[in-house]
Amino acid sequence: MGVGIEVINLNAWYGTNHSLQDINLNIPGNHATALIGPSGCGKSTFVRCLNRMHETNPIARVTGTVRIGDLDIYEDVQPVEIRRRVGMVFQRPNPFPTMSIYDNVAAGLKLNGYRNHRVLDEIVEKSLKNSALWGEVKDDLKKKSGASLSGGQQQRLCIARALAVDPEVLLMDEPASALDPVSTSKIEDLIFQLKSQYTIVIVTHNMQQAARVAEKTGFFLNGRMVEFDSTHKIFTNPSDKRTEDYITGRFG
Amino acid sequence: MKAGRGQLRSKFRELTDGAVTGLAVLATVLVVAPLVAIFVYLIYKGASSLSLSFFTQIPKPVGEVGGGMANAIVGSAILLGIASLIGVPVGIGGGIFLAEYGRGTRLANAIRFTADVLNGVPSIVMGIAIYALIVVPQNHFSAFSGGVALGIMMIPTVCRTTEEMLLMVPHAVREAALALGVPNWRSVLSITVKTASPGIITGCMLAFARVAGETAPLIFTALGNSFWSTSLNQPIAALPLQIWVYAQSPFDDWHRLAWAGALVLIALIVTAVSLVRYVTSRGVLKGAS
Repeated sequence: MGVGIEVINLNAWYGTNHSLQDINLNIPGNHATALIGPSGCGKSTFVRCLNRMHETNPIARVTGTVRIGDLDIYEDVQPVEIRRRVGMVFQRPNPFPTMSIYDNVAAGLKLNGYRNHRVLDEIVEKSLKNSALWGEVKDDLKKKSGASLSGGQQQRLCIARALAVDPEVLLMDEPASALDPVSTSKIEDLIFQLKSQYTIVIVTHNMQQAARVAEKTGFFLNGRMVEFDSTHKIFTNPSDKRTEDYITGRFG
Repeated sequence: MKAGRGQLRSKFRELTDGAVTGLAVLATVLVVAPLVAIFVYLIYKGASSLSLSFFTQIPKPVGEVGGGMANAIVGSAILLGIASLIGVPVGIGGGIFLAEYGRGTRLANAIRFTADVLNGVPSIVMGIAIYALIVVPQNHFSAFSGGVALGIMMIPTVCRTTEEMLLMVPHAVREAALALGVPNWRSVLSITVKTASPGIITGCMLAFARVAGETAPLIFTALGNSFWSTSLNQPIAALPLQIWVYAQSPFDDWHRLAWAGALVLIALIVTAVSLVRYVTSRGVLKGAS
């Protein structure tokens, strides 16, 4: 079940570059939330702070509080633990090239020492069905490498891989920006279905996409969150002039 | 007039293209030719002296005709086994440290520099060093010291290729593993090293093939042996040593055996490399990159 995310006074740096400044927001559970804004505005950095991937870069630094459910992820737990609860899908599909389709999906469980084959089979099937890929790959699960699939299929494989560890939150960093329109619409349909079970945070450059899949939308600019509101309000009647300028295409 | 010039230019491009292709083919031939020549010459000189007894008998005393290099074949296998046991794990471990843990640190730079210097140390110097460090204290030549000398020679090649292959694994693949909540050490071993394994294996094979033919480091360590010995504490025969001794001798029969030994040595290296390649390529999946 998806849980809400509460972000309090979040600041992040890359070296001396203060890339996120005083972010405060509440992301509702079991909904899709879109983050929009021009390139370099801090959206990706923000989602990477939600599963502590930001700090895997040696020059990166974070301060502030992030609560996922009732867990303070920077106080209570190890990064490894939080990443099992918060799945992530990246901009470019990144399946493990030497692994079969099956092993890609099972990777999160297998690499954490899970060995029960019958349960693994079930989880792999369920995850691939959830990511709408099962029908296309069920005959080649253990025969083909994850890298042999098309770009759109690879991205759905990566979603299945993230779902297999049964996360509460799914972070998606421009998941469709490297895909063609047909694959993009498949991914969007998928987000629409998944948000009943998971809390989804999606970074996107495509404003139509934000409008189609998300209930809430946040607008980021220069490392600050300018406005956070219902998607409908952001796109029809934004409170901030900068949001209006961005969504009407006057800059960015 | 204009059309004429266009035609001329396209003709010129075609000629340039042909010339460059020709040069590339010529370069390839120049690279492959010595290898083929060596093989053909070895087969021509050595094949006639190969017989069953070459593989089953030990060298005969001077003056007697016949005899084989069975002890040297087994000796080489033992020496290379010891060398691989030392060179492969230490080299791969060092490469993993350089690429995954020590990146940018002073220690890593020092190790990288040391490995490169070690790679450039002449093999005879390696032999003398091991002679001083192992043979002199123990007071006898031994298979063990020879294996150590060859093993240390393998380390820099294995280490540096491992590092380079690991660095070629895309950052996105590492991130994917970390984002799944996989601990870093597990991600390194099961994802990064596994993804880079074809290249790492090639590095190990290169190092193996290189030391398989080394003679100089064995002169002061394994010494050579005309009799059967598989003891790690005794001097042991090795194909390159035996070839070296036989080729220098004044006897025609020994010269022939030296040629046969050279042929067998190359055949053994090719067999070992192909075998490892075959075994490690069996699990590769369709479409894996």
